[in-house]
Amino acid sequence: MKKTTEMGLNRTGVDASPIDSKDIIGAALNSTPTSLDGDEEIAKIRASYLREAKPIGTLPIPGTIKGGVSTLLEKLAGNRPELLIDKLGERLAFERTGTRLYEALVQKCRVLDTDQAGIPVATLERFRDQELRHFGLVRDALMSLGADPTAQTPAADAAAVASSGILKVVSDPRTSVMQSFEAILIAELADHEGWDVLIRVAEEMKLNEIAASFRGAYDEEKVHLESIRSWLSYLMLTKRTAVKESAA
Amino acid sequence: MASKFIESRGQSLEKQQFTWREIVQQPFSKLNDDAFSRVRSILMNGIEFESVMFQHMLARASHDLRPHLARVRQIEQHQQKAINWMLPPDQSPLETTIGYEQVAVEVTASIAQNEPDPYLAQVYRFGLLEDFDHLYRYSALLDRLEGKDANNLLQSYTDILPGRPTIEEHRSALDNLRRPYDRRKADPISKLNVCLITAAEQQTENYYLNVGPLFSDPVARQLYAEIASIEEQHVTQYESLMDPDETVLEKWLLHEATEVYTYRSCLESESDPRLKKLWDRFHDYELGHLHYVMELFKSIENRDPAEVLPEKLPKLLNFGNHRSYVRSVLDAEADLRTNGMDIVKREDENPESIAYRNQVNREGSPSQAVAAGYRWIPGTELNQKIA
Repeated sequence: MKKTTEMGLNRTGVDASPIDSKDIIGAALNSTPTSLDGDEEIAKIRASYLREAKPIGTLPIPGTIKGGVSTLLEKLAGNRPELLIDKLGERLAFERTGTRLYEALVQKCRVLDTDQAGIPVATLERFRDQELRHFGLVRDALMSLGADPTAQTPAADAAAVASSGILKVVSDPRTSVMQSFEAILIAELADHEGWDVLIRVAEEMKLNEIAASFRGAYDEEKVHLESIRSWLSYLMLTKRTAVKESAA
Repeated sequence: MASKFIESRGQSLEKQQFTWREIVQQPFSKLNDDAFSRVRSILMNGIEFESVMFQHMLARASHDLRPHLARVRQIEQHQQKAINWMLPPDQSPLETTIGYEQVAVEVTASIAQNEPDPYLAQVYRFGLLEDFDHLYRYSALLDRLEGKDANNLLQSYTDILPGRPTIEEHRSALDNLRRPYDRRKADPISKLNVCLITAAEQQTENYYLNVGPLFSDPVARQLYAEIASIEEQHVTQYESLMDPDETVLEKWLLHEATEVYTYRSCLESESDPRLKKLWDRFHDYELGHLHYVMELFKSIENRDPAEVLPEKLPKLLNFGNHRSYVRSVLDAEADLRTNGMDIVKREDENPESIAYRNQVNREGSPSQAVAAGYRWIPGTELNQKIA
């Protein structure tokens, strides 16, 4: 593993170009905008689209490729199962992407030899395998309810957009172990909340078997979250961000 | 609807106007709209892009045509934006890429079956199996990088199977040139098909060039570079089917006719009511453009547009799945290669292409790496890994 975030030729701030910056700041201060009330104008445009917007999509009608509607879903009909199915779809997609996320992280940590820094690759592999198992749990829960686990639900779609940046950070060979863990932390925080909500909803709907299987996953996710936090603290305190060493 | 190709005059150019609100509408739904609504949107964006770029190229070489081109192009460019902006932002670049390859497979399959010239049809089948393989490779990437299922986009219309392996698609420059049709003898639908497919492939390459650098994963970056290179080969291949001896106005006329034909194909098959309105409006606009160019053709070249245009509307594009057809082509023709302008058996391939291929693949093949051992199953291959 490598050294702390280095100081070097970052050119993005105004301090990096004092003469030019002073010049352009002056020109901007002396300029006149071509229209006023920027915040309001932006808000107006957004409002007109918001008023007319239709949802990004819906759930599929329950059924299987063999046809027919699940009787379990029918029993739940009075309890508005749509929200549960939507959130289960979100959880499933999250665990699936989470597995790939941990795969990318494992590969990075193996190459950067984080074992030497007390971050065992074997532990990350275990987390990856647990994410995979969690995916299976949610898949089985959906199937037991007669829902199609291959469908992309609206909540899954929105969550994928929200988390797309996390994968991009982790799979970038230029990002450090610390930067990658900070991205994973965002995912684990969302994961933790997601499982908590699902368990409470399942309990309320008297889906006791599903709730019980999810509690095991939730306990494992708590370990993930605490471990990531702990490693991040360690990296910050020892100033070991593990910037990748370039080839000699 | 008029059944003859040029019976309706469409909308006059002066009335073809837009506001920004009209150009930027609510996009279609990635989840609920039919996959072929996405296919049509991607295709027509490509058709319009080709139209705009063609009109730019022509303007750079013709003083007299410049003002006419500018008038028509100003409208075409807004049509393009209105169509392209129907793509929803919750489609990741890789998900949109899956849409692009579905366009390539299903539209090429439709054209190949509707093409009367056996040589041209063979060229389309040749390209089809390569785009088919690209779909397989990108599907593997979507699964292994993002943990997503390409079939969420494809909606079970299109197979996810290996085609002619991308690693074997790299050819030396001259092996991408084909024999052009003879403008005096070719069936008008042959000319429309060439214009259409060239546009589609060009925009596919453009898209990959734009989004490839947005990926941080090096495997993804390499895969996009590799497949974009094949798409460039496809553009060279398909554009080489055009007779270079066509006059510039003849080419412009064919471009407008292709737009009328494809918008009509979209209009007749579209299920989303908002998109249907868009196709209807733009079909009318294109009829207006076509008549405008017909007048130029008559006044400048003193020729009858009926020499070039179809007598009546050809059989429309079939926006539907062509799985049986693609599978039959795959069984019969996956091993075909090229030697100069000819499509040949593997053993007769030009050694120059083999040498070129060995060079570009010398440090490894991203398309092989990304899809090593990949077999699509619903819900991603992680389903197989769960005990």
